[in-house]
Amino acid sequence: MGGLQKKKYESGSATNYITRNKARKKLQLSLADFRRLCILKGIYPHEPKHKKKVNKGSTAPRTFYLLKDIRFLMHEPIVGKFREYKIFVRKLRKAYGKAEWTSVGRLKENKPSYKLDHVIKERYPSFVDALRDLDDALSMCFLFSTFARTGKCHVQTIQLCRRLTVEWMNYIVTSRSLRKVFLSIKGIYYQAEVLGQTVTWLVPYQFAHDHPTDVDYRVMATFTEMYTTLFGFVNFRLYQTLNLVYPPKLDCRSEVDLKGEFEEDYAMDSESYLEKLSALSASLARVLNTAEEEEAQIDQFPVEGVDLEQMEAREREQKDQDAHKRLFEDLKFFLNREVPRESLAFVLRCFGAQVSWDKSHCIGSTYDVTDETITHHIVDRPSVDKQYINRYYVQPQWVYDSINCKMLLPVEDYFLGVNLPPHLSPFVEEKDGDYVPPEKLKLMALQRGEKPVAEQEEEEEEEEEEEEDDEEEEEEMDEEEMKEEESLKTIEKQRAQNKVSSVKVTPGKMKTENKVRMEQEEKAEEKRLAIMMMKKKEKYLYDKIMFGKKRTVREANKLAAKRKAHDEASKGEKRKKKTKQ
Amino acid sequence: MMVLWRVVRLPRNGGGVAGRWFFFFFFLPHPPPPSRRLRSPSQHAPAQRSRPAGLNPCAGLNKSSGGGEAASACERWQPDALAQMGWQGEMTSDCDIRNTVGNIPMEWYQDYPHVGYDLDGKKIFKPIRNKDELDEFLDKMDNPDYWRTVRDKMTGADVRLSDEQVDLVHRLQRGQFGDINFKEYEPYIDFFSSETMIHPVTNRPQDKRSFIPSLIEKQKVGKLVHAIKMGWIKPRKPRDTTPQYYDLWAQEDPNAILGRHKMHVPAPKMRLPGHEESYNPPPEYLLSEEEKLAWEQQDPEDRKLSFLPQRFSCLRAVPAFSRFIHERFERCLDLYLCPRQRKMRVNVNPEDLIPKMPKPKDLQPFPTTQSLVYRGHTSLVRSISVSPTGQWLVSGSDDGTVRFWEIGTGRCMKTVDVGGAVKSVAWNPNPSICLVAVAFNESVVLLNPALGDRLVVSATDQLVSSYEEPEEAREQPVQWAAPAGKEHDAGHRLHLAHPKAVRQVTWHSKGDYLACVTPDGGSHQQVLIHQVSKRRTQNPFRRSKGLVQCVSFHPTRPFFFVATQRHVRVYNLIKQELSKKLQANCKWISSMAVHPGGDNVICGSYDCRLTWFDLDLATKPYKVLRHHKKALRGVAYHKHYPLFASGSDDGSVIVCHGMVYNDLLQNPLIVPVKVLKGHAITHDLGVLDVTFHPSQPWVFSSGADGTVRLFT
Repeated sequence: MGGLQKKKYESGSATNYITRNKARKKLQLSLADFRRLCILKGIYPHEPKHKKKVNKGSTAPRTFYLLKDIRFLMHEPIVGKFREYKIFVRKLRKAYGKAEWTSVGRLKENKPSYKLDHVIKERYPSFVDALRDLDDALSMCFLFSTFARTGKCHVQTIQLCRRLTVEWMNYIVTSRSLRKVFLSIKGIYYQAEVLGQTVTWLVPYQFAHDHPTDVDYRVMATFTEMYTTLFGFVNFRLYQTLNLVYPPKLDCRSEVDLKGEFEEDYAMDSESYLEKLSALSASLARVLNTAEEEEAQIDQFPVEGVDLEQMEAREREQKDQDAHKRLFEDLKFFLNREVPRESLAFVLRCFGAQVSWDKSHCIGSTYDVTDETITHHIVDRPSVDKQYINRYYVQPQWVYDSINCKMLLPVEDYFLGVNLPPHLSPFVEEKDGDYVPPEKLKLMALQRGEKPVAEQEEEEEEEEEEEEDDEEEEEEMDEEEMKEEESLKTIEKQRAQNKVSSVKVTPGKMKTENKVRMEQEEKAEEKRLAIMMMKKKEKYLYDKIMFGKKRTVREANKLAAKRKAHDEASKGEKRKKKTKQ
Repeated sequence: MMVLWRVVRLPRNGGGVAGRWFFFFFFLPHPPPPSRRLRSPSQHAPAQRSRPAGLNPCAGLNKSSGGGEAASACERWQPDALAQMGWQGEMTSDCDIRNTVGNIPMEWYQDYPHVGYDLDGKKIFKPIRNKDELDEFLDKMDNPDYWRTVRDKMTGADVRLSDEQVDLVHRLQRGQFGDINFKEYEPYIDFFSSETMIHPVTNRPQDKRSFIPSLIEKQKVGKLVHAIKMGWIKPRKPRDTTPQYYDLWAQEDPNAILGRHKMHVPAPKMRLPGHEESYNPPPEYLLSEEEKLAWEQQDPEDRKLSFLPQRFSCLRAVPAFSRFIHERFERCLDLYLCPRQRKMRVNVNPEDLIPKMPKPKDLQPFPTTQSLVYRGHTSLVRSISVSPTGQWLVSGSDDGTVRFWEIGTGRCMKTVDVGGAVKSVAWNPNPSICLVAVAFNESVVLLNPALGDRLVVSATDQLVSSYEEPEEAREQPVQWAAPAGKEHDAGHRLHLAHPKAVRQVTWHSKGDYLACVTPDGGSHQQVLIHQVSKRRTQNPFRRSKGLVQCVSFHPTRPFFFVATQRHVRVYNLIKQELSKKLQANCKWISSMAVHPGGDNVICGSYDCRLTWFDLDLATKPYKVLRHHKKALRGVAYHKHYPLFASGSDDGSVIVCHGMVYNDLLQNPLIVPVKVLKGHAITHDLGVLDVTFHPSQPWVFSSGADGTVRLFT
C-alpha cells in the first residue's frame, strides 16, 4: 500500500462544521454577543447529514454551525463595534466610580453605535428577497407598536415600530394590495400582495399585554432592531415605487379637511400628525402632484407557445383582481365606537371605501353619523337606539367575509343581533379529499353566481319531505314484515309437511356474477401482490404515504360526522321549539 | 446651654447704605428638654433680598418693639408670643420681671413651680391659680376687660392689653402692616439697574491676577491637548448626517449572491391559520369535552393544535390571546436557534412506487381456488406427499394415523395406525415402486399402501422381500427389520429403528436411497442415508455442523443439501466434500425445497422469510421475500410448471411464479400470483406443509385444523 495513513475526522464533513462554543471562542465573543451577532447576521445552526461523523464519533446532542458561516462572521465590522461598546461600558463604569463627571459626559457623548444597513444589504441582496422575508418583521413590529411604554423595551423602539407600521398600512391602503383578512382568536391576520410577493402578518387585538416573565425581551429587542432597519428601507423603497413622499405626508387637500377643532386638546403637535396618518382616512401626498393616474392598460404581446386560452384566463384573472380592489368603492361607512377602528378603517380603505367615525373617538373623522349618504353603519352591539332608514346596520364580520369572498355578501346574515355565520379562514385551500365545511360550499356557490335558495322554505320543505319519507318507510317496513311473516309461515307449513323425509332437494340458485366487481377485485388483488414484491425502502415510503392519506381521510370523516351530529341536534331543537309553539 | 442665633435684616432707611445687622446672644440655663430641638439658622435667615423691604409685614413690629424676638414671633404668627410682646410693653414701665429663658416651649416648665429666671437669676414662680370654672365665668361676666386680658406664658400672669396693642392685633388680623406709618408702595430703587451709571460701584483697582494667564488652566488645557494627541480622549465625533432610511437597493445587483448563500436554508414561513383558529369557527371544529380533556392532558409539545378552538358570538367579545408574546418569542428562538437542514421531500405518486409486474393472468396456469377438502384427521396434519402417478395422496398426522386419499374424489382409501405422532411422510418418487416412508417417534416405516397398479404393488413386495442377508453382518447405526403377520397385512414392509426421534424422511429421485433427519445438536449422527435395496445405512458426516433442520437430494446430480439453522450446505456425495455453503440471511430455517432443475433452492424460515438461492450466482440469497405475516412451515416447487408455494402459520398459502431460464444470463423471474386461504388457525398454527401435484398445477396443503386442502 504505502502513503500516510488517513486519520479520522480530519477531512470531510467533520471539518465543515463547528460547535457553538468553539465558534464563540474563535470569534472571542461572549455568549450574549454571539447570539446578537447571529440574530443580526442571520446565522443559524445547521443539522449535519451524518451527525455522528461530524461529532467525531460521539452521539451527544450538539448544535453545529457551518464553519464557513463563522469565518464569514469573523470580518464583520459589527464585531468590532461590540468590542468597542464593551470597552465603553468599562470606561464609563470606571469614570462613575471615580466620580469624574466631565469624563462621564465626554464618554457618553462618544458612545459607540452601529448601523445595520450593510447587514440588510448583505442578507437581502435584492429587494424581492427582502419582501419575501418580511412576514416576521411585520408581525414583530406590529406587536412592539402595541406595547405600553413601561420599560419592557426602549420607548424609541416602540415609537419607531408604530411609525413604520403606520407607514406600511398607508402604503397598503394607497397601493390597494390587501388580499385576505382573517379574524382569529390570536389576532387579525392580513395578507397582501406586494410586488408579486404575498406577505402575511398578524396583528394582536388592541389590549394591554400581560407581559410574561419567561420571555427574554433582549432577544426580541435584537430581532426588532434588525427588523425595524429592514422595514424602514423596505418602506422607503415601496413609497418610491408609488411616487409617494417619504416620510409620508398627508395630501394637502385632506390635510385641510382634517383640521379639527379640538386638535390641540387631542395631542401634541408632533404626535398629532402621526395620529392623523394612522387614522388612515386621508390619502397621501405624491412627489409629482399629478392627478391620480389611471392604471396603465397592460399591453398584450402575443407570445408564441402561449395559448389563447391561457391569455384569456390571465386577462380574466386580472379583471377579477381589479374588481376585488374596487370592492367597497362608492360605499360610505361609519364605524361605531365599539368596533376595532384601526383594523376596519385599514381594511375598508384598502378596498376603496370612505370611512368615518365619531369625532370624540379618534382624530381624523371626516363626516358625522348624521350624514345621509352613509350606506353602511358597522355596529357590534345587539341593538342601536337611533337608526337611520337609508343605511344598513351590519356587524364587522360582514366586511371581512366580503373581502375574503371577493364580493359583497348579502347583508341579511350580518344584521344586528343575528346569529353570525361561521367566519372561515381564507388561507385554507382544500384539495380533493379534504373536508370542506358546508358554509364554504355555500360561499363558493355564491361566488359562482348561483342564487341562494330561500333557506327556511327549503328546510321546511325538507322536513315535510322527510316526514313523508318516514311515513313511507314505515309503510314499507310494514310490508316487508308482512312478507317475511308470510314466508316464515309457509316454511313452517312445509316443515310440518315434510317432517318425514329428511333429504330434500332445493332448487339451485343462479349465481349472478357482478363483472365490474369481479374486475375490481382482480385489480385489487393484483395490486396487493405487486405491493408484496416491493423493495423494503420503497415499501416503507409507500406505507408512509398511504398512512398519511388514510389519516387525512379519517380526519375529514371525523369532521363530517361531527358536523352531521351537530346539525341533527340543532334540527331536533328547532323541531322541539316548533312543537312547543 | 443653648445658643440661639438670631439674625434679623432691618429694612433699609432710604437707600444707598446696606442694611444693618443685629446679633442677639442669649446664654440661658434650662432644665433638660424632653427632646432637644436645635433651630437651624436658615429658619431665621433674613428675608430674601429681592423682596422689597417695604413689603415685610413684620417691619412695623420690629420698629415698635425693637427686639428680634418679635420678628420671629410674627413670622410664626403665634398669639402667645404676641402676648409676651404686649407684656413686655406694659411691664417694662413698672417692675421689670423679665423672664430670661428665651424663646422655648414653655411646657418644659410644666412640672416645676417656677417658670423661669429673672435678670438676677432668681426663679420666677408661677402665680397661684385657684380659679375654677365658676370663677372664670363670673370673671367673664363681671370684668369689662376680660376680652382684652391675655395670659402670659412666660410669667403665668394675666395681662391686660392696651388700646394700641389691641389696634395692632386688629391690623394684623386684617392683613395690614403693624406699623401705621409704614408706606407700602414706596418706589423701589434697583441697585443694578438697566441704566449705565457714570460712576463705578466700587473704586477698587483690578487684581493683578486678572492680567496674568492662569497657570492651573494652562496645565489643564495642556493635559487635554496631550490626551487628544495621544488618542486617549477623542474630541466629539461629527454627527452622522446620512438619513436613517434611503434607497438601499438603488444599485441592485441581481447576481449578488454570497458564497455562503449556496448553503443557505431560508427559514420556513409561519403556518397559515386554518378554520379552527377563527373566532367564530364552524361547529365541527370545536372540541368536544373528551377532546378538550385529552388536549389538556397532552404535553404541550405533542399537541396538534397549540390553542383550544373557541367560539365567540361577536367580535366585541374576543379577548386578548394570552400566549401572543410567547408565540412570537418562540418564533424568534426558532429563527436563530433551530438547526436547519434541507430535506428533499419525496413527492412521488405512490402508484409509481409499485413495481410493474407481469399480470398474473399472463402467467397461468396456477392454482386459484380451493376445490377439495380432505377431512378425517383428528389432529394436526404434519406432512403430506403425493404419489408419483398423481392419483394418491398420503398424509401423516399427530393423531398417529397415516391416511391415503384418492386425489380426484377426496375419499380416504386407507388408514394406517402407526401408533405415534407422524412427523413426516414421503412417497417413493420412483413410479415402479409403491412405497411410502413414514417417520414417527424413533422409527421409520416403509409402507406399501397397495394402491394403484397391482403389478407395481406386487413388484414392490418382491423387491423388498428379495433381500438376501450379506455374509458378513456389518455394524449399522439403524436396526433394519421386516415385520410379519398383522403389521405386514397392514402394509408395513420394513422397520428402521433409529436411536433418536426422526423428524424428516426424504427419498432420492431414483427411489433407492432414503435420507432421515434425527436432529440433535451435539451428535454427529443427525443425518442417516439408507439404501433400501441393500438395507444398508450410512452416516455421511463425521462431525456435527449445527442442528440439522431438513435435508434434500439433488434431483439429477449426486449432491446433497443439508439445511442447518442459518446455512444450507451442499455436499458432493461422490467426492465426499462440501461444495457450497449458502447463507440464508434468516434466523432459523424451517423448510427447504430444491428446484427440479437443481440450480435453485428455496428456504422457508421461522422469521417470515422465504429466500431464493441461485446456486450459479452466489452463496447469498438471490431474493428474500417477506410475504407471509408469520413463520413459514413448508415450501415446495412444482416439478414441471414454474411455480413454487409456501405455507405459513398465518393460514395462507402463497403461490408464486418462479421462472428459471435456461439462459444463464437471465435471472429467475419471481412474481407472486395468488394468495390462497382456507385453513383455520388453531393453536397459532396454520399451514404445516405444502406440496404440488406432480403433473397438474395443483397445490395441496395440510393444516393444523386437521384438514388437507387441494387448490386448483
